[in-house]
Amino acid sequence: MTAADFLHAPAEFLFGPFGEFAFMKRALVGSLALCLGAVPVGVFLMLRRMSLIGDTMAHAILPGVAVGYLMSGLSLTAMSIGGLATGLAVALLAGLVTRTTVIREDASFAAFHLIALSIGVVIVSVRGSNIDLLHVLFGTVLALDNGAVAFLASVATVTMAALALLYRPLVIECIDPIFLRTVSRAGGLAHIGFLMLLVLNMVAGFHALGTLLAIGIMILPAVGARFWAHDITGLLLAALMIGALSCWLGLLASFHLDLPSGPAIVLVAGGLYLASMLLGANGGLAWRLLPARHLEA
Amino acid sequence: MSSAITFDNVTLGYERHPAIHHLSGTVDAGDLLAVIGPNGAGKSTLLKGLAGLLRPLEGRIAMAGGRRDIAYLPQRSQIDRAFPLSLFDFVAMGGWRRTGWLRRIAGGERARIAAAIDAVGLTGFEGRVIATLSGGQMQRALFARLLLQDAPLMLLDEPFTAIDEATAKDLMAMVLRWHGEGRTVVAVLHDMDLVRAHFPRTLVLAREQVAWGPTAKILASPDPMAAARKMMEAWDEHAAICGRRAA
Repeated sequence: MTAADFLHAPAEFLFGPFGEFAFMKRALVGSLALCLGAVPVGVFLMLRRMSLIGDTMAHAILPGVAVGYLMSGLSLTAMSIGGLATGLAVALLAGLVTRTTVIREDASFAAFHLIALSIGVVIVSVRGSNIDLLHVLFGTVLALDNGAVAFLASVATVTMAALALLYRPLVIECIDPIFLRTVSRAGGLAHIGFLMLLVLNMVAGFHALGTLLAIGIMILPAVGARFWAHDITGLLLAALMIGALSCWLGLLASFHLDLPSGPAIVLVAGGLYLASMLLGANGGLAWRLLPARHLEA
Repeated sequence: MSSAITFDNVTLGYERHPAIHHLSGTVDAGDLLAVIGPNGAGKSTLLKGLAGLLRPLEGRIAMAGGRRDIAYLPQRSQIDRAFPLSLFDFVAMGGWRRTGWLRRIAGGERARIAAAIDAVGLTGFEGRVIATLSGGQMQRALFARLLLQDAPLMLLDEPFTAIDEATAKDLMAMVLRWHGEGRTVVAVLHDMDLVRAHFPRTLVLAREQVAWGPTAKILASPDPMAAARKMMEAWDEHAAICGRRAA
């Protein structure tokens, strides 16, 4: 075995599937595109302490997706429009209630997603259709066609442009909402705009990973990045790296070990989170266990 | 002298229950006004009304400038100290009026931010994340942000509570500098000696106006707060509709 052969085998193992199979290539491009939008949204979800609210949003898009499926089958457009509609309705109503009444954000989201979810279940059971729930719940990243990849890329583009626009008011609204309210009306706009981005990325995520796991690629890289970065810029970069790594390694694992691809991606993200928690340079558990004398100042 | 704020029979409160009843009066431009009163007297509510965070239940607050001409320091801010932001970026928020959503924070603005951080004695801490600042340092950072807002009207809600003497002294010097620059300052305070020493005018509140005028006159009586305490009543769930009208 020559040196070149020795290097060739691992390279083949790590990159081969993506060159050889078009469906793997599309899956990689699609999931990386998803990361570019969903991961920064996840970082802000975490910083706004809305990590679990993302979960409720996942349920909120489900009835819309189901209605879209009932009306026109496994159609990307119909299911996306359905999911966007119910997701946005829940996000906007819940956001409005939070800003104008005494109900806090978590309670308000819980209330509206439960309403949406029960409406969805009622519709599905009245129509009596045995819809392919597995597709909706767990996604089909390996079955992404060119249209779906283009949709994921468009969502990522819109998300990055919108986040660049909303970035400053969004950051200030996270840190000191009262200050923002005294100097500007931007807080409300930033809040609503962010919720719309959340729904959009949720819908994009459900195509690749399913409604239940879409939140995984948002939250896990974000909380993992917390153990590597000190400031918001570093946090966004670290989260994007963890997200991209999860997609690549997750798809590889799914290919070589014959695992379902969506859960494999999220599982790798989960593993990277646990590794970050243990070894992360910024507050990782392992460093606490090492004997270290305190500093002078 | 022109007036900075005019209260015209103002009632401020929450869900129809007033926290301050029928306040009328004028704050002149350039005034350094102390607002004192027992806990629950409506002092913070008054500042919230001035900052535009609370709409009057009745009456009108007329102000010389708009929302952008006010710098407000809340009592218990809802600042999320865990957010990973540097002191420099935190103070930079104060420049919102100039930078807004998108404008770049470049040379001139950076110099202004550095000067504000220097003025509160935090030079060298620019890169520190706000989570690592002490209580006193955080209050200094908030003052730097106020300074950067460069507003003609400053609203300070208990600015010197829970900080050490040296910090309070430094920050009081800044308030006096603002007064010297002709800004209007309205501050809620509990330290009567501080009010006596530095604040020319005082408003005593106890859910309504108890006294308003020159500090020397108002604090001349042995216990200026006695009348205020007597007027305090609790929130009454079944309170009748207020029949009082403006004089």
